[in-house]
Amino acid sequence: MNKKEIIICRCEDVNLEQIHQLLEQGYTNFEDLKRLLRVGMGPCQANTCGFLIQREIAKFLNKPMEEIPVHKVRPLITGVQLSKIAKDDKK
Amino acid sequence: MKTDILIIGAGISGVSIAYNLAKKGLKNIHVIDRGYFTNGATGRCGAGVRQQWATEMNCILAKRSMEFFSIAKDVLEYPHDLEFKQEGYLILATTKEEHEQFKKNVTLQNSLGIPSRQLNKAEALKIVPHLNPNAFLSATFCQTDGHLNPFKMTEAYFLAAKKLGVTFSFFEEATSIVVEHHKITKVITNKNTYETSKVVNAAGGYSREVGLMAGIDIPVYAENHEILATEPIEKIQGPMVMSFSKNIYCQQVPHGAFLMGRSNPEAAHNHSVESSWQFLDHMSRTLMDIMPKIGDLRVVRQWGGSYNMSPDRQPILGDTDLLEGFYMACGFSGHGFMFAPMTGLLLSEVILKEKTTIDMESLSLNRFKNNDTFHVEKSVV
Repeated sequence: MNKKEIIICRCEDVNLEQIHQLLEQGYTNFEDLKRLLRVGMGPCQANTCGFLIQREIAKFLNKPMEEIPVHKVRPLITGVQLSKIAKDDKK
Repeated sequence: MKTDILIIGAGISGVSIAYNLAKKGLKNIHVIDRGYFTNGATGRCGAGVRQQWATEMNCILAKRSMEFFSIAKDVLEYPHDLEFKQEGYLILATTKEEHEQFKKNVTLQNSLGIPSRQLNKAEALKIVPHLNPNAFLSATFCQTDGHLNPFKMTEAYFLAAKKLGVTFSFFEEATSIVVEHHKITKVITNKNTYETSKVVNAAGGYSREVGLMAGIDIPVYAENHEILATEPIEKIQGPMVMSFSKNIYCQQVPHGAFLMGRSNPEAAHNHSVESSWQFLDHMSRTLMDIMPKIGDLRVVRQWGGSYNMSPDRQPILGDTDLLEGFYMACGFSGHGFMFAPMTGLLLSEVILKEKTTIDMESLSLNRFKNNDTFHVEKSVV
């Protein structure tokens, strides 16, 4: 299958070919890829692409998957409207 | 390992200094960084670039840097989009005092060639219709301010520097600087020992620690500033909207998300870059005050980053008579990204002992010797 047609990050529309291109250029950790391709920055916050990219990095570096750090998990767990946060703040 | 110059920090300042030095023909430049690509303040900033400042020096640094940003893609031969857009910064005055201060700021900015102007409420609402008209009195606007992608801009310098022979290593942290007979001889890291006589401190939040390694007491500290990103939507806001008195900056980036940040007056002086629920509470309330319509958007992610604060909120750039071969590009107080082209140019001039493009006395470490003579920048969030 054409690598361009294999979607890795659905939120930001990033395909496998783009991941492989950056790995070849020397960007070999998730944080690098996130900043240059936006993988993991969308609504699901890497819940889908996290493991897929971890696996691609492991394959590329020829290391076991558990040695590949995943990205820093940031709040929020789910999207919340700013107006609701403001309303619920009773101070 | 031998190197002619070692730059500590591969954020926007470090890569710009490396590029400018290499372009002028210097060889054997090595850059180290303690983390991944753009792990520090550069990769955590709000992606805004502005020229509307209240001190002459900040205005000059910002204006000349903006001129470079507008041609950076071609000059650096960067193959991707830098996402540079000049749709302005709209800065709200919410008190009479602010309105009067902004009048003076605009006069200063105009005298330096920055095309800012003061707007009344109706004019401001024309530019950003979803502003709450009751939340401000007047505004200032500069069309040539705007947005630039920090990751892409840093990569553009990084790739251009590499092409000119600069070498980089990431996940490498300086642990000590060896000084013998008032001269630098070595820098020791967690991975290597470099024989070098020149060191550039472009360590962002860690500038104070790097200074102390060389025995130089730089009066800066790190402070966490938090920020959030929303889900992306179709374009509804051109300029960055900002208020110093309400403590907020908020822009819609080309990707469609809104980024917004504010400072915490009680933030501790340390290296924390964590996220807090208190920030979310304060941010959402401030936003609902000035632009309630944006409140419909969901917060997708929040994060923090270090400002490296200097006593007058202006950078410390140049050499020092305290130690030969030690150069500083620090204390940017949250504005290192937008000054980077001038940082690189000026540091390269100082290091190569050329005549500098502008007089740098008021940016020197020396200015803090007489503690009360410096002019503090107040246009800061």
